[in-house]
Amino acid sequence: MIWIETIVQGVLLGGLYALFAAGLSLVFGIMRLVNLAHGDLIVMGAYLILVVVSVSGLNPFFAALVAAPFMFTVGWILQRAVLNRTLGEDILPPLLVTFGLSVVIQNTLLEGFTADSQRLSMGPLETASVNVGPITMGTLPILTFGSAIVVILVLNWIFYRTAIGRAFRATSDDPVTASLMGIRPDRVFATAMGLALVVVTIAALYLGTRSNFDPYVGPARLIYAFEAVIIGGLGSLWGTLAGGIIIGVAQTLGAAINPEWQILAGHVAFLIVLLVRPRGLFPRAFD
Amino acid sequence: MTTILSLKDVSKSFGALKVADHVSFDLPEGQALGIIGPNGAGKSTLFNLITGNLAPDAGRIEYLGRDVTRVAPMQRCLAGMGRSFQIPQPFTRLTVFENLLVAATHGQDRRESEVVDDVAHVLERTELIDVANRPAGGLTLLQRKRLELARAMATQPKLLLLDEIAGGLTDAECSALIETIRALHSGGVTIIWIEHVLHALTAVVERLLVLDFGRVIGLGDPDEIMDSREVKEIYLGIEV
Repeated sequence: MIWIETIVQGVLLGGLYALFAAGLSLVFGIMRLVNLAHGDLIVMGAYLILVVVSVSGLNPFFAALVAAPFMFTVGWILQRAVLNRTLGEDILPPLLVTFGLSVVIQNTLLEGFTADSQRLSMGPLETASVNVGPITMGTLPILTFGSAIVVILVLNWIFYRTAIGRAFRATSDDPVTASLMGIRPDRVFATAMGLALVVVTIAALYLGTRSNFDPYVGPARLIYAFEAVIIGGLGSLWGTLAGGIIIGVAQTLGAAINPEWQILAGHVAFLIVLLVRPRGLFPRAFD
Repeated sequence: MTTILSLKDVSKSFGALKVADHVSFDLPEGQALGIIGPNGAGKSTLFNLITGNLAPDAGRIEYLGRDVTRVAPMQRCLAGMGRSFQIPQPFTRLTVFENLLVAATHGQDRRESEVVDDVAHVLERTELIDVANRPAGGLTLLQRKRLELARAMATQPKLLLLDEIAGGLTDAECSALIETIRALHSGGVTIIWIEHVLHALTAVVERLLVLDFGRVIGLGDPDEIMDSREVKEIYLGIEV
């Protein structure tokens, strides 16, 4: 029974990794931009929620609602002012610029908040749990997993059922033709980055409530996000969730065998998938 | 009759190669103008100059009485210039319906709910209704050509630029396409049509313009133009 509980915990943890990865996947899918500052943007979101909580005394959930529009604006401006200029045939400029951005965010956070680790306090919810038959699950991990599913459903709805979603897909298909149709790729990309940072805010909420964070934890989140995206197959959000779950389960199983093996087991699982299915589990039908 | 498009001494060179050499013509609203000329005569370049994808080195382009020589392609699209490409460029991962929806909403700056009926109408007129929900990447050549035409139509253009839309089609397919374009033209749309398939062109257009090395070497009634010695020599390669 302990094994089933471990696996369930791993699956729920996968929801968190899927949240880390969804924004990364969204941005890569629409504008072929690999955002190396993605993990640091999550950490920045967590600090922003922390600031809102300490200034207003709001519950972190409501603080995240306040932070989301702000993060959207940050994403929009970041894309319009900086990242749009890096996009083109050459894939190196966006990598260099987002790597630099990662360093800038880490050091700005260090300057503003010191290296002390922080946490978003949820009060009694942190230790609350639900019993399903003989299995006990934490309420917060369930909320995390549920949020991941809702985020993916909403993103898919935006992608396939709304005008802006069609503009995303048309621009990702062919930016030049899209601009002849009256679409402005620079604005479409800015909206996409804004949307990605709203997802980042949700990821930040659960990052900050699940564990301690400090200005330097971003890059490790980026690695998990990358692994989830690649296992899932580039461009598929449900695949990303599957990828997150595989890493999550591998980590909790590894930790159950030996606590030192938690992180290693996740990476090993990633390598195995990469060996067996180099294009991921659910590669896009035609690319 | 009002003039919808007017080119005055428009010139463009790529290095030493003159692709448009003092091109001038006026296009009255509602007319269909055909453009012919040998390969490399500058036909597609002329379209690029009209739509704004290329900036002319000299000269002036007026659209609806306004100087648009330096106006961005997107603004011209919003002002009612629609264009089809020689090589169809659909959004392959979007369905046929979505391709038109994107063109109709963004090309006119309207909401999706306002354009759905228009899009359905265009799908019917271009006989694409059966494949409306298929990804455009899987279409046949004729369907892609139709989609190219449909996408230009979906923006409800005042001026429609067609670039070799009949090329590569069978005779039957070509006749069907001609009927669609003729119907569109009789609906009041001004058309400029570049085409190598001459019988397709002469079945629709009222005036013919002949380009050679970027120069206009003939402009007028299609029958007279086709009979003229210069056109026969240069374009059809017949020694007269």
